Amino acid sequence: MSIRERLSGNEAIATAMKQINPDVVAAFPITPSTEIPQYFSKYIADGLVDTEFVPVESEHSAMSACVGSESAGARTMTATSSCGLALMHEILYIAASNRLPITLAVVNRALSGPININADHSDSMGSRDAGWIQIYSESNQEAYDNFIQAVRIAEHKDVRLPIMVCQDGFITSHAVENIELIEDDKVKEFVGEYNPKNYLLNNKQPMSIGPYDTPAYYMEHKRLQAEGMKNAKDVLLKVAKEFENMTGRKYDLFETYKLEDADTAIVVINSTAGTAKDAIDRLRKEGKKAGLLKIRLFRPFPAEEIAEALKHLKAIAVMDRCDSFSNQGGPLGADIKSALYGTENAPKLINYVYGIGGRDVRVENIIEVYDSLYEIIETGKTGETYRYLSVREREVE
Amino acid sequence: MSEKTSINETIAWQDITPGGNIYSSGNSINFHTGDWRTNRPILALEKCSHCLLCVPVCPDSSIPIKDGKRQDFDYDHCKGCGICAKACPLNCISMIPEGSKEVE
Ligand code: SF4
Repeated sequence: MSIRERLSGNEAIATAMKQINPDVVAAFPITPSTEIPQYFSKYIADGLVDTEFVPVESEHSAMSACVGSESAGARTMTATSSCGLALMHEILYIAASNRLPITLAVVNRALSGPININADHSDSMGSRDAGWIQIYSESNQEAYDNFIQAVRIAEHKDVRLPIMVCQDGFITSHAVENIELIEDDKVKEFVGEYNPKNYLLNNKQPMSIGPYDTPAYYMEHKRLQAEGMKNAKDVLLKVAKEFENMTGRKYDLFETYKLEDADTAIVVINSTAGTAKDAIDRLRKEGKKAGLLKIRLFRPFPAEEIAEALKHLKAIAVMDRCDSFSNQGGPLGADIKSALYGTENAPKLINYVYGIGGRDVRVENIIEVYDSLYEIIETGKTGETYRYLSVREREVE
Repeated sequence: MSEKTSINETIAWQDITPGGNIYSSGNSINFHTGDWRTNRPILALEKCSHCLLCVPVCPDSSIPIKDGKRQDFDYDHCKGCGICAKACPLNCISMIPEGSKEVE
């Protein structure tokens, strides 16, 4: 029997970490992810885990320590947010290119400046090309479930890549909600022992990690790395199937909500999906066929499957909780557009920057988005495709 | 079990090791750093007193010794830094640009 609890998103991640009992956690505190290493340190002090905790003086060092310990052959985890993830940036690439399956809990927060500590996806979107797998979570339950699955996906022999499990700062990281936990022994059995094929502490086979790479070899190494990313999608689906057999909770590349018969939809990441589902329920009562696609796996990007799920729609709003300052919209907007390229009679598409720096997103705000989609369908005019949602604006004469 | 792939510039991406990891030891001899050389040390053997002062200063162990006498350079690994030429008290070593007539 699963265990019913009430936990915040941060407690949920710390609990998953406790149940996985990794060899090493190296972390530096930063709001709003601080509680994860904080709770975890207590588990260590209480003797509930065997983990070696490495307190470091910065996130650059945290990720460097993770690279060292994962290379040594230790299952390694950490957590961070915002500027902490930005400070890890250099080392993120090293973890990915050295094929080290580190698990990183990202609690999404805005980047400075102006300085701001609230929910925003600029941090992990800034890392999207670092070669890490990225999974996003709507709720504390999903953060917990994703974190447990992440270990298996990252460590799979066909993947061997580091992985980020992301959730929204404060909105899910600090809000306490009901959650169903899996029993300790079942989690242990699910993740299994970490047995890397090659590792630095193996005295039977000396090895060198991270040597200088000349132009004659760099491309081949990167091409091999890309293959790990290509394999990640199928591995994620297999792990999700096993997870479903254990818990009854179903996971996929993405989640859809009332999308099959919809004429309009929004595409969104993390907690706003919950708000959008409420908005959809209201709109459906008015007879409007509104739907939703919620991203789960963002890197690698399941473009074909997403295009297939969206192609029947008349109009789509892609929601980015960050701006990429391309004058075209956000990173998710760009990826969805390129996924739909080549689709005949592709849906009309607009891209909203919304909720940045923790701006509240209410059901009414999401209904406004659908209203603009219905206006596009009625008038046949898409208008400006790069929009800001609920930004205070003076009428321009 | 060891992935001791013979890695050279014809290897396909499918056969290369992840991240350039090297799964064995004692194999830097297979890495021909001599490719980097722009100046080649040339030894005037007839002037050499075999004092061997050049040998320990070579950062690449590219001056072999046999029976107490230095041999010609190991050009597979000599990077052409010229430290040996500076160390030689009898000026037996000249640094000649690669590709110049004297080298051929
Ligand atoms: S030039 Fe430099 S690398 Fe070459 S043999 Fe002399 S000391 Fe060694």
